[in-house]
Amino acid sequence: MKNLLEHMGVEPERLHFSWISSAESTKFVDVATKVTESVKSLENKEKKFVKTKPKVA
Amino acid sequence: MKSYTDKIKEIAKRLLKEDKVDIVIGYRKGTVPLMHQPFFATSEGEVDSFVWDSNCGLNLANYITDRKERIGIVATGCNSRNIAVHVVEGKIQRDQLYIIGVPCQGMVDRHKLAAMAEGNIASVEEDEDKGTITISGQGFSKSVDKAEVLQENCSICVHRNPVLCDELVADEVTEQTREQADPYARVREIEAMSPDDKWTYFDDLLSDCIRCYACRNACPLCYCPQCFVDESNPQWVGKSVDPTDIRTFHLLRAYHCAGRCTDCGACVRSCPVGINVRDFTKKLEKDCLELYGWEAGLNTEQRPPLDTYKPEDPEDFIK
Repeated sequence: MKNLLEHMGVEPERLHFSWISSAESTKFVDVATKVTESVKSLENKEKKFVKTKPKVA
Repeated sequence: MKSYTDKIKEIAKRLLKEDKVDIVIGYRKGTVPLMHQPFFATSEGEVDSFVWDSNCGLNLANYITDRKERIGIVATGCNSRNIAVHVVEGKIQRDQLYIIGVPCQGMVDRHKLAAMAEGNIASVEEDEDKGTITISGQGFSKSVDKAEVLQENCSICVHRNPVLCDELVADEVTEQTREQADPYARVREIEAMSPDDKWTYFDDLLSDCIRCYACRNACPLCYCPQCFVDESNPQWVGKSVDPTDIRTFHLLRAYHCAGRCTDCGACVRSCPVGINVRDFTKKLEKDCLELYGWEAGLNTEQRPPLDTYKPEDPEDFIK
């Protein structure tokens, strides 16, 4: 899935896959922080898979 | 291709006469040039409608899903692989089928020919000895080498001969090697682009999509009783022609075919606006080969990689 999304032009910085147990609170915080930072680094780029201008038929 | 046609008729007649099957599925001449239709013969008399030439690009495996009859079916390399996928996925029993194997020499690309024509194509002639296709219509007639107008998936095909069949209509044809065919050249071209260029490339690719779902309907893998795009409660994907909705549809449809697609090209052939839908599925096919050493539909025993688990499955992407 990751490969296909990247193939379609979604930046790798937006795609994160993690396995976090319910007991791993620190890992969750860690991953969430990293994901946010990495997505924020793309601030100036076009949003992907977000409907900005819904077309009304 | 007359020898193929005659042999298909002969086998079909015999099967129906000896009551080995209830129906024989093959192709008959379409109502428009370049598009032969699937045809179900139930009696010996109907068998004469069968044809075989370079316009038999629809995948007949699409028509056997959940059928209960005993079926004779005409199958090329890719069609037979899709039949194998059907057997693995429990959509048909192998002993219901009598597979009439056709060593395939490729199908012509109707979009390419339409682009070459100076008007509407009214008729198509194929010269087997010279290997040419002649298209003609009002005020024009043009001959081209068949090799030049093959569907892209056919020109890079490495499984032309049926992988599973009960009887062949002719001697097997020579297979191309992977080195000769270089099946993933186009995928590599896209892989080499930057994320922005890829995004733009797929935006352009899908800009003509009208959400007609012909690609889904022609695909033998798309047999869900209710497709995710048709559901409204919950509604998984917007039904408009908004670029985001179109992209979501193509992403999900392609992913449903991961590890199952045989690159038969029925989706591209059926697309009314000529979108190369294979740009999605070919990437998945390449990944399956590289990550799991898997090619879909080569036998009827092995489960596809995405519905099995092995400890050595690659998981580098999970952090």
